[in-house]
Amino acid sequence: MQRHDNSKAEKHIEFVTLVAGGQSFCIEITQIREIRRWSPVTHLPHSPSYVLGVINLRGAVVPILDLAAKLGFSAITPTERHVIIITAIDDRIVGLLVESVSEILGVQADMVRETPRTKEDASAIAVAGIIPVGDDMIKIISLDALLPTTLATAA
Amino acid sequence: MSAHILAIDDSRTIRALLTATLEKAGFAVTTAVDGVDGVAKFQEAQADLVITDVNMPNKDGFGVINDIRQGQVNRAVPVLVLTTESGAALKDRARRAGATGWIVKPFDDEALVSVIKRLTGT
Amino acid sequence: MMDSAILDAFFEECEDLLVALSDGLADMREGLADDETLNAVFRSVHSIKGAAGAFSLEDVVGFAHIFETVLDDVRSKKLATDEALLRVLQRAGDILADLVDAARDDLPADRDQVDPVLRELESFLSTDDLVKEEFVFEALTLSFDTRDSGSEFEVSFHPSAEFYAAGNDPALFISALHDLGPCTVQVETVKLPTDLADFDWTKGYLTWHVVVADQKNDLAIREIFEFADDLCALKVHETTKDDPQPDVMSLPEEVETVPEPDLEPAQAARPSTQKASKKSASTLRVDPERVDRLINAVGELIINQSVISQRIEEASLPNSSELYGDLDNYKLLAREIQEGVMAIRAQPVKPLFQRMLRIAREAADATGKDVNLVTEGEATEVDKIVVERLADPLTHMIRNAIDHGIEKPEERAKTDKPATGTLRLTASQRSGSIVIEIIDDGQGLNRERIKEIAVSKGLISADAQLSAQEIDHLLFAPGFSTATEVTNLSGRGVGMDVVKTAITALGGRIAINSIAGQGTTFSITLPLTLAVMDGMIIHVGGQTMVVPITSILETIRPASTDLAQIGLDNQLLRIRGDYVPIIDLAERFGVTPQSASLTDRVLLLIQTESVSQCAIAVDDIVDQRQVVVKSMQGTYGQITGISGATILGDGKIALIIDPDAIAAGQGNALSAHIRAQKEDAYATT
Repeated sequence: MQRHDNSKAEKHIEFVTLVAGGQSFCIEITQIREIRRWSPVTHLPHSPSYVLGVINLRGAVVPILDLAAKLGFSAITPTERHVIIITAIDDRIVGLLVESVSEILGVQADMVRETPRTKEDASAIAVAGIIPVGDDMIKIISLDALLPTTLATAA
Repeated sequence: MSAHILAIDDSRTIRALLTATLEKAGFAVTTAVDGVDGVAKFQEAQADLVITDVNMPNKDGFGVINDIRQGQVNRAVPVLVLTTESGAALKDRARRAGATGWIVKPFDDEALVSVIKRLTGT
Repeated sequence: MMDSAILDAFFEECEDLLVALSDGLADMREGLADDETLNAVFRSVHSIKGAAGAFSLEDVVGFAHIFETVLDDVRSKKLATDEALLRVLQRAGDILADLVDAARDDLPADRDQVDPVLRELESFLSTDDLVKEEFVFEALTLSFDTRDSGSEFEVSFHPSAEFYAAGNDPALFISALHDLGPCTVQVETVKLPTDLADFDWTKGYLTWHVVVADQKNDLAIREIFEFADDLCALKVHETTKDDPQPDVMSLPEEVETVPEPDLEPAQAARPSTQKASKKSASTLRVDPERVDRLINAVGELIINQSVISQRIEEASLPNSSELYGDLDNYKLLAREIQEGVMAIRAQPVKPLFQRMLRIAREAADATGKDVNLVTEGEATEVDKIVVERLADPLTHMIRNAIDHGIEKPEERAKTDKPATGTLRLTASQRSGSIVIEIIDDGQGLNRERIKEIAVSKGLISADAQLSAQEIDHLLFAPGFSTATEVTNLSGRGVGMDVVKTAITALGGRIAINSIAGQGTTFSITLPLTLAVMDGMIIHVGGQTMVVPITSILETIRPASTDLAQIGLDNQLLRIRGDYVPIIDLAERFGVTPQSASLTDRVLLLIQTESVSQCAIAVDDIVDQRQVVVKSMQGTYGQITGISGATILGDGKIALIIDPDAIAAGQGNALSAHIRAQKEDAYATT
């Protein structure tokens, strides 16, 4: 997985910026498979509230998570205007429902700052670093931290 | 011109290693899985050199050399014996079977390639 | 990258070789071994050693070497195969497998295990065998000639007939000498026959004299003649020094040698008799990813076929339309392709079972019990994934059976059982399923104890009235087994719940049948193919779901007289004089059923493992058809009551329900428990 190592100043990284829970986040472009409009999902019984359900992505069953809810903000009520970002880490494909996708942001690796240590809430843990842009600050989502591979039921 | 090597070994692993090493060195490689397969492939493949394992099912390496040397096709081809044994007894046996030379497993890639280059004049 | 692929191939090959070894040793034990068996056993170890050497797996090579030396003495009849030797060979086979495993996992060898067996092996070897090992390398003649500028060496060689017979070409030697430095070459032809009619091309008539300049010493020159120094009268001497150099060569007699026919090895012409079946047929090695892609494509094909069927149905063509016949052909072909593709991945369970033999021996040793593991149906073929994913559950169950099931010899002596316990591991194909059974002749499950534990863990209340079957099934409850309950052997941090989860993930079921004093049978039933199953398409609270046909006994539209009630909500279905519990699927999944009254709905009578029968209430039955099973494992994890998902003709996803989990006696409590665990897992990011 891409580490945002300050020592590799030469490196150029591209991110897709998005809005979830009213805040700006971004995901590294290499982890994104595609971006699609919201379409109705098949609900999963007994799943955590941030799991919206599953969709059929060209024959694969892909779970869709409400990113805002996962990060501890209030849940989104999905409409046609919302967007699903299909992400892939290792073999796992997961869709993230977000409010909107803004732009592709290219930065030098040395522009990425470490996340200041704050209290360990859901959103702080899932942030791998921050990028100052003008007066704003965009948080980099760590898919690894957001979507741990080991579940309680894994054999 | 790249030489064509026939590699006979019943171990998939060794076959894979030989193929990887030799192809990297620019040789064309055909593999055979045991002595009988080896002799059959030898009849059709225009091999410039044969590498054969000794301990194999169906026909061992010395049987292969014997068949090659007694055969009508390309009987003077250089044959290298690939073996884990070493020492005088091996040399004696390989010699009597008609091997051109021998390589002791585990083989050193560079040494193998240099021996083959020497024996094939490439 | 290339190396790691070859290393993978090596470990794969080791699996095969270890099976061959284990087969051969088994034949030896039963006195069925012929010379070829002994050769095959030797070769297995030899091949492992040879290939392991290429990866510098020193532990494997070192052990395999001693093992191989003993086996070499066995096949050359220097050693008699008595009971003691066979036992050591068996242990050595196990250790070799352990060493290969350790190497694969990049772990150090367990010297405490390895060394005693190594010493035992060595005890069968003569000092001669061992001493020989000290001198495996040929001595090198080192020359410490340190003069800086090169000297000139004269190389004379007279190839014998054997030189040519062994595939050597003088021209190549001369060209190799050329590569060392500037050369002058002369050829001596005095030995050529004056009459060319006497010329025999297999003989050597020529002698070459090559002077090579700029050489530090003669090592490089001698290296060129490495393989041929005894096949040609070779003289190498430094021309700047005047002393003649008679040292190196012995001039071999020029003899007419053709390779001697009696040197043809014994194995060369071997009758392929009864062992023919053990020879591997010609096989094709394919990257599993390609097969997976093909399987996915076939899955799409089947989905596409159901879409087309649906469209044609909707078009309401006349019954006479030939399209229906064509459609049937299409279905048949699609099914044939699907079966063909799945067959590519099918593998016999044999290697898996062989591994269990080892596990059983180790477990028996560790517990001081006498156990004979008998395997049956090793040729039964199952999907590759099943073979891989069954390894851990089977290991656990075999250990359990030996640890908890089979009694110690002294206890068995008190009954009329033989001192040696028997554990049977069987595989068979029964009506569209694979059944794997683990059958011990031990003491049976201790139901009192199981109940006590379940109560102490809070899984059931102390006054719960449970049937014997329900008690047995507590073993599979998450949180049942803990370190205090299991011994060192079976307690490796997993319980039977993990076994059950692994089997459910494969679309299978597990059942227990235990008789006190007589033993316990665990039956694992797995679908024949993983990708496709026959399903009943149902509606529940507006959602479309799939129930596996295999678990449905019948479907019932109940009249109000068929229904009875206990307490507030517990509905019962009366069927042929019996009462079975009704489970409302809508309620279980937290959705609203289309009608509150059961008489407006459909009941699916289900045969389950835990409670004998139950009826699952659904809103409606839509269709019955083949569906392609898509795993949700990789993307989401296990959901209680759901075994997977499929994609319907209209492209929508339908969840496939797991009737066993739905019906599980302690259903609600358990799913709540699991749900809590799952929430935890998600929370601990």
